[in-house]
Amino acid sequence: MADLAQTATKALKEPAHHERLITGEPSFEQVTNAVSRVVESKTPKAWWVLFGISSSATLLLLVAIAYLFWEGIGIWGLNVPVAWGLAIVNLVFWIGIGHAGTLISAVLFLLRQRWRTSINRFAEAMTIFAVICALIFPAIHVGRIWVVYYIFPIPNQMGVWPNFRSPLLWDVFAFGTYFTVSLLFWYVGLIPDLATLRERATNRIKKIVYGVLSLGWYGGNKQWKHYEMAYLILAAIATPLVLSVHSIVSMDFAVSLLPGWHTTIFPPYFVAGAIFSGFAMVMTLAILARAAFGLKDIFNMRVLERMNLIMLVTGSMVGYAYAMEFFIAWYSGNEYEMFAFVNRAFGPYAWAYWIMISCNVIVPQFFWSKKLRTNIAFMFIASILINVGMWFERFVIVVTLSRDYLPSAWGYYTPTFWDIAILIGSFGLFFSLFLLFLRFLPMVAMSEVKGVLPQADPHFAGNKQAHSQAVS
Amino acid sequence: MKLVKKIDRVILAEFGSPKELLKAAEKMRQEGYKEFDCHSPFHIHGMDAAMGLKRSPLGYIVFAFATMGLLGALGLQYWTSAVDYPLVISGKPFFSGPAFVPVVFALTILTAAITAVVGMIAINRLPRLRHPLFSSDRFGKFSDGSFFISVESSDKKYNEAHTAGFLKTIGGQNIEILKDE
Repeated sequence: MADLAQTATKALKEPAHHERLITGEPSFEQVTNAVSRVVESKTPKAWWVLFGISSSATLLLLVAIAYLFWEGIGIWGLNVPVAWGLAIVNLVFWIGIGHAGTLISAVLFLLRQRWRTSINRFAEAMTIFAVICALIFPAIHVGRIWVVYYIFPIPNQMGVWPNFRSPLLWDVFAFGTYFTVSLLFWYVGLIPDLATLRERATNRIKKIVYGVLSLGWYGGNKQWKHYEMAYLILAAIATPLVLSVHSIVSMDFAVSLLPGWHTTIFPPYFVAGAIFSGFAMVMTLAILARAAFGLKDIFNMRVLERMNLIMLVTGSMVGYAYAMEFFIAWYSGNEYEMFAFVNRAFGPYAWAYWIMISCNVIVPQFFWSKKLRTNIAFMFIASILINVGMWFERFVIVVTLSRDYLPSAWGYYTPTFWDIAILIGSFGLFFSLFLLFLRFLPMVAMSEVKGVLPQADPHFAGNKQAHSQAVS
Repeated sequence: MKLVKKIDRVILAEFGSPKELLKAAEKMRQEGYKEFDCHSPFHIHGMDAAMGLKRSPLGYIVFAFATMGLLGALGLQYWTSAVDYPLVISGKPFFSGPAFVPVVFALTILTAAITAVVGMIAINRLPRLRHPLFSSDRFGKFSDGSFFISVESSDKKYNEAHTAGFLKTIGGQNIEILKDE
């Protein structure tokens, strides 16, 4: 506990340029080589094996969706009273995962947390792929897929417009905006690095593809000036998105009148949970990537430890929200509200509730120990458990539906084979896209990492004097 | 201002470090050069001031478009819900102000983001797939770990022999004269 406080105060006191963010003291060229090598070297066998597995799972997704379109949503385990099932659980889960990427790329940029340069590209890519997985679910669950355009305010044959008072329509705009902004942010960050790959490309196809994508970037300061401004603006407008997107998702539940859903704590609690689960996913992927591609100096222990601290903070917020929900249910004196929560913890879905509590509340508390939060094996397992827990959190919220006001209507929701197939398939799609990203695009923002190296400071005068000279 | 500026000739000089590049940029500005640029793998802190560049106008452009996005989103919801086909839903007013906030917010952010990116690309006159600089063999390292200054022939002070000599005196190496092929 004492060492945690120490780390925290040290991080706050240290001015950014005194910190060695990238270990191993690489030169600019070494950074370029370390990152570009991954893209340029021959495809490793392990990549093909992993891609084979994940693309097979993607195939399962396509089959499950095709069958869904053919047969209708009756193939899912949905019924009254649980009219919302795994589709919305998965949607909220995947959208939540994305939030870590936006937090890293936007909020930490504005807070000048320069350690984020190691992981931001990586995390932003994760955001985009997670949002793609998330967007599948609202699109396919509509039932009559051929009129899915009714959700957009475009003139249709009925002459009726969408209902702008509905949280489900807010979702359409929130997700559409979130996906577009994340994609633009990611692409803008990529431009200088794509130019690097263009200049290094050895064959014609690569030269053309990277050349077109990099738009003819030549790193002139007259370009950098507008570029930095665009990046700053994007960071500034993506920051409210970190808070708003999951708040709007939570309103799908909170705006209803159901006990257990109709609570004002939902927006902040969903946002904290989203960041929590997102960091866990970045951690899982970063540990795998640093081991597979030898990027230990860039994804170094300092970065990993700080991510664990963020998980400790957001995990504690989530734990607090669980406790507060219970307290308010009791304090409200409303018997339906009280029943909903007692039923969550001790009813037919108690197993899911306690998986959620152990993974989300207990697991992150181990990060108080410096030993454990700097232990790669432990943080890897913890990150996976947290994601399991966060998936179950959404499951627990949704199956609250199973026992509503009328006991004769009570039911028990069980996902069918096709529900599970789509869940597994969405993981397949996520990992397939991520593997393609690792293979074809630089997974670390080279230009940003170079910018935080000590020798990038124009006042840098060699290793020894750097500290005394870095004044202005 | 033409959409695509024709650049005939460029003098290119290489510098050793961000520090040297920054000092050289200051000297170029003091000498009166305007149409020159400093190429680096990352944005160098303080370079805008050294080159005497003004602040990017992008912020104002984004603000203007974001305001239009905001009004557009409000107008869209007002017109569809209260004018074109008003429907009573849960007894709520046709123009349900608070319920319209999320969509207004989302569309404002969306227009701001698109403007920031499209604006940045347009102001920088990208995509530009042809430039005299790309004919240099050394220039490719600008995105790796090398630092360059380029002077365009459109500069009033441009004089091939004199400019090249000046670049040399301020520490430039490997001086090249590049033509649009």
